[in-house]
Amino acid sequence: MSAADASATTGRLAAHLHRRARWRWGEIVFWLAVLAAIVALPARAGIINEVIIAGLFALSLDLILGFAGIVSLGHAAFFGLGAYAAAILASQGLADPTLGLVFGAAVAAIVGLVTAPLLLRGADLTRLMVTLGVSLMLGEVANRNAWITGGADGLNFSPGRLLGFFPIGFTGQRNAALYSFAVLFILFAIARRLAQSPFGLALAAIRENRLRAGALGIATSRRIVAIYTLAAAYAGAAGALLAETTQIVSLDLFDFHRSADVMLMLIIGGAGWLYGGLIGAAAFIVLRDVISAATPEYWEFWIGLALVILVLSGRERIGERLRRLVAQITPGAARRGVA
Amino acid sequence: MLTILLDGVAYGMLLFVLASGLSVTLGLMNFINLAHGAFAMVGGYVTALMMNRAGVPFLLTLPAAFLIPAILGAALERTLYRRLYGATPLDQVLFTIGLVLMAMPIAAYLIGDEPQQVHLPQWLSGRIDFHGVGIGVYRLFIILVCGIIALLLQTFLVRTRFGAQLRAAVDDARVAQGLGVDVDRIFAIAFAIGSGLAGLGGALAADVVGGIDPSFPVKFLVTFLIVVTVGGSNGILGALFGSLLLGTLDVAGKYYVPSIGAFIIYAVMVVTLIVRPQGLFARGDGR
Amino acid sequence: MSAPALEARGLSRNFGALIATDDVSFSIDPGARQALIGPNGAGKTTLINLLTGVIRPTAGQVLLEGHDVTHLPSHARVRRGLTRTFQINQLFPDLTPAESLGLAISERNGSGGDFWRVAGGRPAIVAEIEDLLQRFGLDGDLDQPTRKLAYGKQRLLEIALALAARPRVLLLDEPAAGVPEEERRDILAALAALPSDVAILLIEHDMDLVFNFASRISVLVAGRLLTEGAPEAIAADERVRAVYLGEDAHG
Repeated sequence: MSAADASATTGRLAAHLHRRARWRWGEIVFWLAVLAAIVALPARAGIINEVIIAGLFALSLDLILGFAGIVSLGHAAFFGLGAYAAAILASQGLADPTLGLVFGAAVAAIVGLVTAPLLLRGADLTRLMVTLGVSLMLGEVANRNAWITGGADGLNFSPGRLLGFFPIGFTGQRNAALYSFAVLFILFAIARRLAQSPFGLALAAIRENRLRAGALGIATSRRIVAIYTLAAAYAGAAGALLAETTQIVSLDLFDFHRSADVMLMLIIGGAGWLYGGLIGAAAFIVLRDVISAATPEYWEFWIGLALVILVLSGRERIGERLRRLVAQITPGAARRGVA
Repeated sequence: MLTILLDGVAYGMLLFVLASGLSVTLGLMNFINLAHGAFAMVGGYVTALMMNRAGVPFLLTLPAAFLIPAILGAALERTLYRRLYGATPLDQVLFTIGLVLMAMPIAAYLIGDEPQQVHLPQWLSGRIDFHGVGIGVYRLFIILVCGIIALLLQTFLVRTRFGAQLRAAVDDARVAQGLGVDVDRIFAIAFAIGSGLAGLGGALAADVVGGIDPSFPVKFLVTFLIVVTVGGSNGILGALFGSLLLGTLDVAGKYYVPSIGAFIIYAVMVVTLIVRPQGLFARGDGR
Repeated sequence: MSAPALEARGLSRNFGALIATDDVSFSIDPGARQALIGPNGAGKTTLINLLTGVIRPTAGQVLLEGHDVTHLPSHARVRRGLTRTFQINQLFPDLTPAESLGLAISERNGSGGDFWRVAGGRPAIVAEIEDLLQRFGLDGDLDQPTRKLAYGKQRLLEIALALAARPRVLLLDEPAAGVPEEERRDILAALAALPSDVAILLIEHDMDLVFNFASRISVLVAGRLLTEGAPEAIAADERVRAVYLGEDAHG
C-alpha cells in the first residue's frame, strides 16, 4: 500500500470516528427554536414546560431502551420518586429548587442502582415484569404511607425561588419553562457526549449483540447497571421539575399508564437517537390535547389505534425525516430502533 | 382461618382460569399479550348483560361467556396477531397495549362506565356451615368449576392427539412442522381457547371483584402477568401452582396485614424472579 | 516446562440425559497451531463454549496459562487472553468495522468504560484500528455498517475482532464456513498471518485447511476425544477414517 493510500485511510478513519462529535446546524436550530418559543410565547409557557419535562422523561427512557435495548414497563417509578422526593423536601422547609432537583435525581438513582441487578437475569418477559413490579410496589408504598406522601390527597408545598431570585411555581410559569429548558439542555448535552464515548459505543454493542459484547471483554452487567442508574437519575430529575414547577404531585405518577405513555412518546419520535424522546413528547402532548378537545372521553382509543397502526406498519416514525437533518448522534442507532 | 384459606384457593383458581390462556400464548408462541384482560372483560360483560338485559340464568350464560371471547380471539389472531409472531418483544408489548387502549373506550361507549353487576342466583349465594367453618357457596362453586376445568385442560393436553401436537409445537415449532403438525392451526386454536377461558374466568370473577367495568383489563393485567411470571410458562401445572400461591397470599395478606395490601403479590413476584428468573416451573432450557 | 496455554481437564457437560461433552482432557501449548475435527454433532462448538465460559461444565476444569478459570465469566476470560470467533458471525450489524475494532481495543486497554472522552480521540487506539483494518483488508469498508459488508469480509472482521484483544489463545470456530470460493483465499491468508506467539485452536471441516494449518490434530466424536496426534498419524488412523466414512455413507 502506497504512502498516499495509507494517509487517505488515516484521514478517512479519523473523519469517520469523529463524525458525530460536532453539533450539527439542525441541532442548534432546534434548541434555539425551543428557547425562542418560551421567550416569544409567554402565554404558552405552561404547556411548553409540560412538553420539556415530558421530553426529559422520554430522554431518560431512551437511555435504557434506545441505548441498552431494555424494555421497561415501570420507568414511571423513577419519575414519581423524583417528584415526591422534591415535594417532600420542599414541604419540610428545604424548598430551594436546585436542591430539590438534585435530591430527586439522587433518590431515583439510588433506587435504580438497587433494582438494576434484577434486570440482568431472565428473559424479556421477566425483565418487563420486574420493572413493572417494582414500580407498582413503589406506588403501593407511596399509597400506604400517606403520612409522608399525602396519600390520595397529595402534598401541599411551595417551591422556593430559583437561585433565591426567580419564582417558578404557579406564578412564574415562564421562569419555570426556562428553568426546565436549562436542565433539559444540560442533561441532554451530557447524554449526547456519553453516546459518543467508548461507554456509549459499548452500550450499542451490548444492545446489538450481547453475546459478542461479552466475547470482546465487555462486562455487560456492570454497564447495564450504570446506564440504568443514570436513566433513573434523569427520570427523577424530570419528576422533580414537575413537582417544582406545577406544585402538584399525585399517586398516579406511579401508574402503569404513565410508563406506557412515556414509552409511546419515545416510540413516536424514535428510540436510539436522543432527539426521539423530545420530538415524541411534543407530538404526543399536542396530539393528546387536540384529540381530547375533539373527543374528550375517548382519546385513549385514538392513541391505542395509533399505536396499533404504528406497530403494524413497521414503526415508521415521525422522526425518520427529521433524522436526516440532524444526523446520527448515537452509535449504531438502527433505523428500526431497538432489539 | 380456614375460611380465608378457602377464599384464597377460590381466588387462586379463578386466577388460574383467567391466566391460563396467557400462559399458553406465552409458552407456546413466546408472545406477550397484554390485551389478554380484554377477553376476560368481554366474557364478564356477556354474562352480566345476558343476565341483566335478557334474563338468562347464570349457568346458561357461562358457555356464551366462553364462546364469544373465543371466537373474537380466533378472529383477531387470524387477522392481526399472527403478523407479529416474529416481532420483537417491544413491538408485541406496544401492539397489545394499543389493543387494550382501544378496547376499553369501546366498552365504555357501548355499555357505559358503570360497573355491570352479576347477581348470583339464589342457590349460589350464602354460606354453608361445615364443621363450624363458614364457607361461601359461590366460593365452593368456583373451586369446583375451575378444578374441573383444570382437569379437563390437563387431560386434553396429555391424552388427546391435539394436546400432543400442541406440546410438540411448544417444544420446537419448526420440528413439529416438519413432522406434519399444522402449527398455524394449533396456534389459532390455542389462542381461541385461551381467550375463551379468559372470558369464562371474567364471568366467574364478576361477582368476586364487584362488577365488570371498562377498566377491568388494566386493573387485572398486572395480576395475570404476575401469575404467569411466577408460575413459569411450562404448562398447566405451573400456572395452577402460581395462581394458587398468589391467590392465597393475596387474600391472606389483605386480611391479616391490610396495611401492606397489594404489596405482597408484587413482592412475591420480585423475589421469585430474583431466585428463579424463569418462574417456578419453567422448562429446562429456561425459556 | 512452562504451563500449557490452554488446558481442559476432565471437562464434561450434559443437558439432561444428553451428554454433549464426555470427560475431555487436552492441552494446547503456547504458540501452537492445533486443530479440532470431528463429524457433525460431535460437540465441537459445545466444547468451545465450555472453554470460553459461555456455558458451565457439569464437571472438570479449564486452565488458562496455568490459572483455573473454570468459574470465570466469558468477559473475564477475554481479559486474561482467551478469545474466540463464532461459527455463525456474531457481529454488530449497525456498527462499522472501525467502531467495532475500536471498541475491542478500548476494552482491552481498560478505557472501555470512559464515558466522557469522545471515541476515537486516542491516537494510539486509532493507529491500532488502522493497522488491523489493513491487515485484514477491511480498510475499504471501514465506515460501512457491518451488515452491508460481503460475507467474506464479515468473516474476516469476525477474526479481526478476536485478534484486537491481543489474545494469548485464540479459538477459531469454522472460520471458512459459508465463505464463497473467491473470498476463501483471504481467510486462509489471514490465518497464515496470525501472530506466532498466539496459541491457536482451529475447528474446521475443510480438511485441506486443517492439514495445511495444524501441526497437531485432535478428533472429537460424540463428545469424547477419540485421538490426538500429528496430521500424518491422524490421516492414517483407521478409526478416524471410519468415523468420516461412516458419515459420508449417510450424508
